[in-house]
Amino acid sequence: MSARERILAAVKNSQPEHTPLPDIAFLKEPVLASKEQFATIVQAIGATIFFVKDITEVKEILQEKFQQLPRKITSIAALAGIADVNWIAADPHSLENVDLAILDARLGVCENGAVWLTENEMVQRVTPFIADSLAIVLTADKLVATMHAAYEVIGDSQYGFASFIAGPSKTADIEQSLVLGAHGPRNMFIFLIH
Amino acid sequence: MKETAASFIAKSTIKANDLEHRRKINFNISRYNAVVPQGKQQFADVMQAREHAKNIKWRAIETLDQQLEEFELQITKRGAKVIWAEDAQQALDEIGKICAEKNCKTVVKSKSMVTEEVHLNHYLESKGIESIETDLGEYIQQLDEEPPYHIVTPAMHKSKEDVAKLFTEKLGTQPGLTPEQLTLVARQKLREKYIQAEVGVTGANFIIADIGGVAVTENEGNARLSTAFPKTHIVIVGIEKVIPSLTDLSLFWPLLATYGTGQKVTVYNTVLSGPKQPGETDGPEEMYVILLDNGRTNLLKNPQTREALYCIRCGACLNACPVYKNIGGHAYGTTYSGPIGSVITPHLRGLNEYKHLSYASSLCGNCTEVCPVRINLHELLLENRHEAVVEGDSSLSERIAWKAWRQASMNRKMMNAGNGKLKNWVVNKVFKGWTTYRSELNFSQKTFNEMWQEKNK
Ligand code: SF4
Repeated sequence: MSARERILAAVKNSQPEHTPLPDIAFLKEPVLASKEQFATIVQAIGATIFFVKDITEVKEILQEKFQQLPRKITSIAALAGIADVNWIAADPHSLENVDLAILDARLGVCENGAVWLTENEMVQRVTPFIADSLAIVLTADKLVATMHAAYEVIGDSQYGFASFIAGPSKTADIEQSLVLGAHGPRNMFIFLIH
Repeated sequence: MKETAASFIAKSTIKANDLEHRRKINFNISRYNAVVPQGKQQFADVMQAREHAKNIKWRAIETLDQQLEEFELQITKRGAKVIWAEDAQQALDEIGKICAEKNCKTVVKSKSMVTEEVHLNHYLESKGIESIETDLGEYIQQLDEEPPYHIVTPAMHKSKEDVAKLFTEKLGTQPGLTPEQLTLVARQKLREKYIQAEVGVTGANFIIADIGGVAVTENEGNARLSTAFPKTHIVIVGIEKVIPSLTDLSLFWPLLATYGTGQKVTVYNTVLSGPKQPGETDGPEEMYVILLDNGRTNLLKNPQTREALYCIRCGACLNACPVYKNIGGHAYGTTYSGPIGSVITPHLRGLNEYKHLSYASSLCGNCTEVCPVRINLHELLLENRHEAVVEGDSSLSERIAWKAWRQASMNRKMMNAGNGKLKNWVVNKVFKGWTTYRSELNFSQKTFNEMWQEKNK
């Protein structure tokens, strides 16, 4: 018998009888997504939010505020003029010195400020984690109220790698005092198109 | 007395009297206590969320064999390899084999208690492989050559001054750096390592049966980097970590964040379900998932202690425990400390060697009160005591003492014999153990019988 068979047999022999679970109505009343709530929470977890009306305005802000950053990359075709778009097939190690990565997100969660990115949006798995700063472009119709609602949207799709990202990287490992910028991005910006 | 028990008593006696240690722990735990209520605000009804989480784990454990097979089937479809390990040695041998195949010189590791459980760093070192902890807390502990002090915040017993001093000694940094500066130093040191390492090792907070996914949560970003750069990714995880469905994460992630660190949600919550797919330029070429038993089926077998497998390792019971707060995480001498450690270690590593931990409790029940998945921790401690006695693991002198006590208390004549002074002397002086940690016992000068007769005169 292999280790696999032995463990599975041990599990099977030790498992309890099937019992009906106590019935618990868990879900709260449906709540509506609110971009104000999203903005408040995003700021509370250390990110910066810009309300914009379209991608052109994103472009303007990027030009105005982030021009001095030497290496910017993006997966958004419309931003090709301001950031590099030719990194899609680059060796991931070469992304080590990226100052700003500008990516789309699939959805945003109002109750906790997290945005959901799959491999498609990241392009390379390492992108949103290695860049010094991360900027996310999100349209307001992709906001959902709760984590629960988020899972109803993403629950049945297939992906190899996907992540909720909530604010810049942080640590509180030294005396529980919060430091932004542990290993991942030190800043996070969200452009909310509404 | 067993050596493990003697060492536990010696270490905890010293720590309990270390006021500086107590100050640091109380300070750090008070910061945790201050933020947890904020995290809880996200639940319309926290109690219901917890009951619901317990039910999900209950169902998962009840159908554990099917859940594990489903997980294996699904993740294998996407190209990951699943390895089953009955004990620590098997897991280490498998990791050793993979590393040898990949000609691995450097491993980057993100925080994982299971790798502590199997002593992975020690093993890799013995094979001449450098193993680098990348979580800041773990990195600090590794520099100091100490095991983690706490399952969530590994360096909880160090003040910022302690960490600054450690960095100066080991890394030659300027003395007196702030937490920001120290974090930056670690960030720079570790960046090089992610790029160098051939293999990345992580644990898993959950494994998801229906989609065949591995869920990892963290704040720093180190686990992301450990799984993105190295060509090989090894996940090592206990078989009890399974949850049935991806959608269950909508409950478990917020619960773990709130009870672990008082956040609503941690910064990075990632689901990995396989290595790099054809057409992707990035991600590990190979992904292995090691499913570890290492005594967990013992816990499952026992209907009383089975629910300890629901644990999501949030650390809340440690922070709530008056014993933990006084003796600290290292006195236990086990990988998992605090109430949950005292409950599971005897079953994972031998009742006889670790039954003394069942007494490292005031039975105040605060652990049960705070546990997000509602494990009856303090009752499980009682259960362990009971089992130790039933299995005859109690010491001879203990058995004799209880026998004498039973005889005496069932026999009126013996209860009446001797006056209070004599009884005081017997308990306080003959059984010296009584007064080591307690004030002296004072028997009434009159026996119950005498008082009863006086009253009814
Ligand atoms: S037993 Fe409960 S409180 Fe303790 S670590 Fe596990 S889940 Fe958290």
